[in-house]
Amino acid sequence: MAKGIFVFAEVKDGKIKKVTYELLCAARKAANALGEEVCAVMAGKGVSGLAAALGEYGADKVFVAENDALDKFTTDAFTNVIGSILQEQQPSAFLLGFSIRGRDLAAQLAQRLGTGAASDCTNVEVENGQLVFTRPIYAGKAVVKVSIPEARPAIATIRPNVLPIDAPAAGKTAEVVAVSANAGDVRQVIKDIVLQVSSRPELTEADIIVSGGRGMKGPENFPLLEALADVVGAAVGASRAAVDAGWVPQSIQVGQTGKTVSPTLYIACGISGAIQHLAGMGSSKCIVAVNKDPEANIFKVADYGIVGDLFNVVPILTAEFKKILA
Amino acid sequence: MKILVLLKQTFDTEAKITIEGGKISRSGVSMIINAYDEFAVEEALKIKENLGGDVTVVSTGGDGVQDALRQALAMGADKAVLVDPGTDDVDEFTTATILAKAVSGLEYDLILAGWRAVDDGSAQVAGRVAEILGIPIAKLATKIDVEAGKATATCEIEGGTEVIEVPLPAIITAQKGLNEPRYPSMKGIMQAKKKPMDKKGLGDLGLDAGAVAAKVKVLSVSLPAARAAGKVFDGEPADTAAAVVKALREEAKVI
Repeated sequence: MAKGIFVFAEVKDGKIKKVTYELLCAARKAANALGEEVCAVMAGKGVSGLAAALGEYGADKVFVAENDALDKFTTDAFTNVIGSILQEQQPSAFLLGFSIRGRDLAAQLAQRLGTGAASDCTNVEVENGQLVFTRPIYAGKAVVKVSIPEARPAIATIRPNVLPIDAPAAGKTAEVVAVSANAGDVRQVIKDIVLQVSSRPELTEADIIVSGGRGMKGPENFPLLEALADVVGAAVGASRAAVDAGWVPQSIQVGQTGKTVSPTLYIACGISGAIQHLAGMGSSKCIVAVNKDPEANIFKVADYGIVGDLFNVVPILTAEFKKILA
Repeated sequence: MKILVLLKQTFDTEAKITIEGGKISRSGVSMIINAYDEFAVEEALKIKENLGGDVTVVSTGGDGVQDALRQALAMGADKAVLVDPGTDDVDEFTTATILAKAVSGLEYDLILAGWRAVDDGSAQVAGRVAEILGIPIAKLATKIDVEAGKATATCEIEGGTEVIEVPLPAIITAQKGLNEPRYPSMKGIMQAKKKPMDKKGLGDLGLDAGAVAAKVKVLSVSLPAARAAGKVFDGEPADTAAAVVKALREEAKVI
């Protein structure tokens, strides 16, 4: 019988991605309720040193596949390697982050294993002995609860930055199991990788996001937001209006046709609050809006609104944050 | 170059969601081509314009989906295939099984699709279809070049982009930024009415309800709790900004 809640341990730039800890903590609670083990699955080159410490976040065991062919992420190599681990171990569930890599693998693996997958979930609970996943649909305009009653493993991708990370059990190590990794026939050839150099956190994992919209008036004014972002350690985002005007790259768009984010604090500057934008950031824990128009839609969802010209307000916000964080 | 586009009809992103009888209500909602699939249609047309060939749009759903397919035909696609799943109880496994079966009866060099749909946002179907067909996939493309036997796609990765080369036939999913979809011309709309629309049922594909039965079961559908409006500060920027920063620290405790 399928047993064990498995988690994809995602490694980026030699570090465990934060969403992995969120997954492990959720898996631990579910596994305790079901009387099962928590196992992490890790693949890559030179990653095994990161494995044992996953015990601090609830992993009992970590299966590690090391291989030169896993140095760069490709859909085929990772699907082949992780797919064979799952086929061998027969877990009851497999959780991944709804990150670019996590959701890529989830789709391939779900089909290869002939099972169902719940995407972009914001909660995992145990009800009547089975996992129940909560997932926002229509970009958060509705919420469904789903289960995967029969097919195993039940696969789910979990939205980053939503589930809590419990205090780590310092010094607790997981059993590390090295598995042979046959990457198989890899048909994606990576010809080039271009990374934008940024000292700011990744948008979907950031605790604080400072976002600009049409009210920014042009690309030359975004440094105003960047200065605020750097004081509070935030990522910079944008509304569709700012992206479609060509002021900032599409990769930082927040909303229904951009990224879905759930930071602790979201500061919206010069954003009117179109329904598509609200869909992408409505699950933020605290929302601050700065807008000239007191009737702007964004004020309907903001915890704190400032009616005023962002060109006057933002520099003062920056200075005030600097004061209290000094 | 034979190009297929997997297309989903979705609610307009402006649509307000209501629930009726435990399900999301379709009444009064205007339907569109999923925004990301529209990028895929446009890209297919551009490749066809450069290299020759034809473009077939493939979808699954009820009769109403013909509107979305006709729109793609009006943009310039040549043929449409629509498979009726015979049930509303569909998940990504259902959709992918049907689409893959429909596609496997067609000739193709390249399959394009949006990376996700703006309704349920699962981002699974294209990947599942690639698995079933046993062909390579590249996801989240913002640029696609096709030459003899291979495609090169510039794809979004976390913190940047990468260039991925895949042998054809392959599936590539479209991300925003790939292109600007064209509007159908009057002539295109007229021509679309005469283009072939091949309507099939599960039986025509050798499938039955059991073969496509959903693996995921929906337990409940609800509307999210509305966010309550908070405090609005109006006044001198020096005062309002200071008040908000103070509140963030002392009241909301988020900084």
